[in-house]
Amino acid sequence: MDVPSTPNVQTQHTVMSHSREETTALGEALGRRLQAGDVVVLRGTLGAGKTVLTQGIGRGLGVREAVISPTFTLLREYYSGRLPLYHVDAYRLAGPAEAHTFGLDEYLYGDGVTVVEWGERVEPLLPPDRLEIELVYGARGERQITLTAAGLHYAELLRGLDLPTPPTSSQIGDEEAR
Amino acid sequence: MQRILAIETSCDETAAAVIDEGRHVLSNVVASQETIHAAYGGVFPEVASRQHILTIIPVVEEALTKANVGWRDLAALAVTYGPGLAGSLLVGVNTAKALALARHLPLVGVNHLEGHIYANWLRVPPNEAKEDPRFPVVCLIVSGGHTDLILMTGHGEFRSLGSTLDDAAGEAFDKVARMLDLGYPGGPAIQKAAQSGDPKAVSLPRAWLPGTYGFSFSGLKTSVLRLTREYAARGEKVPVADVAAAFQTAVVDVLVTKTLQAADEYDATEVLLAGGVAANTALRAAITEQSDRPVRYPPIWLCTDNAAMIGAAGYFAWQGGRRSGWGLDVVPSLALA
Repeated sequence: MDVPSTPNVQTQHTVMSHSREETTALGEALGRRLQAGDVVVLRGTLGAGKTVLTQGIGRGLGVREAVISPTFTLLREYYSGRLPLYHVDAYRLAGPAEAHTFGLDEYLYGDGVTVVEWGERVEPLLPPDRLEIELVYGARGERQITLTAAGLHYAELLRGLDLPTPPTSSQIGDEEAR
Repeated sequence: MQRILAIETSCDETAAAVIDEGRHVLSNVVASQETIHAAYGGVFPEVASRQHILTIIPVVEEALTKANVGWRDLAALAVTYGPGLAGSLLVGVNTAKALALARHLPLVGVNHLEGHIYANWLRVPPNEAKEDPRFPVVCLIVSGGHTDLILMTGHGEFRSLGSTLDDAAGEAFDKVARMLDLGYPGGPAIQKAAQSGDPKAVSLPRAWLPGTYGFSFSGLKTSVLRLTREYAARGEKVPVADVAAAFQTAVVDVLVTKTLQAADEYDATEVLLAGGVAANTALRAAITEQSDRPVRYPPIWLCTDNAAMIGAAGYFAWQGGRRSGWGLDVVPSLALA
């Protein structure tokens, strides 16, 4: 996995999902392509579909058991798939210091795929190269899903997904302006 | 006289209790952190474990004093080792290990969910004349972290019939309360708001998942979100009481229907409720009304997390020969069956 790190390159795709099934399917396609050590950060309000997307990722990885909400235990681990899946809910972590005691970095730099909900709470601990997915709840129940790849590895991964919308590229300097 | 000292620290309550013969509550001390966590809208793990460290020893001492027993009067020590928050569980397990070692007491590790079920064995007041539940029983465990339908055919014999596929029922209460700005914890807040609401004023879906005893509450949560957005888009105020009532009714409908289906299929002698959401009065009323079989649930203060229930479960496990070694470790995602 010696992909050179180029965190300043970002690739962005936006797709629309009109149902739970479409969101699951996107997750599943991702799950089939994710590799050991990959980190996916999910953003979105309550009910935006973060857990549904993660269930799809689990399916794509071949996880057999139900992927359920990690809110109560902060973390759920699944080992029945092609790679371990670590599903983290950082909502109740007071900040990076606590996430550190909780051992988040051991999962992030571990042998599995880590999916982090409410990643903004632990921003400084997240690797610069990662896949960020933002889910926005639309007026008619549709979800606008924006996938942002930071680094070449994740850009490759998105390219492999064959997403309908052409990618838009930006430099990290644009980040502040968003 | 077989008295057990029990310790429970799986989430945000620091609790210790002395239980006689698994049924009689001699003392039950709970130091709640609710007010500390309410400010954050949920339990903050690091804050929780720090609080446990500060309160565990005074809570244990108070449990012994209130029960009027000394260390020599105890037969064993029971402690919750999972499921729960790792940092919180560690405080209880390490305290219990140290005390058991120093006082030469056998140590019994207890599953928190097993504890919730055994709350139904407790006598309140301690000499209350009450029969033990008779097996087989079907038990619905509903709380902030769990929604499990369990068939229990004997002491320590559990079979999971189904559980939630996404959010726990109590978690759905917390999240919907957050959407409706009702505060934390969500269960009591929704129940209170629902009292003045009309559950039929708005329509919310139920996930029946036919042919299984699984539950799903994430779609219901999303429907509440959509509803609140629609009101906002029309510039109208959300009818909070009606939405709370409709939401509560939707959750209760599914819980009651599935539990009673399971009770029929397995010909249960009794139906038990357990866990924090079992404190919900709408759930209690609906299941009692609709069930052909006796329904039993603990008083509210034994539904929420406490150590008395761990003492009850610990006693029956100890009677059955369970002993935990000094290697007893916490298991945050421990399953019951």
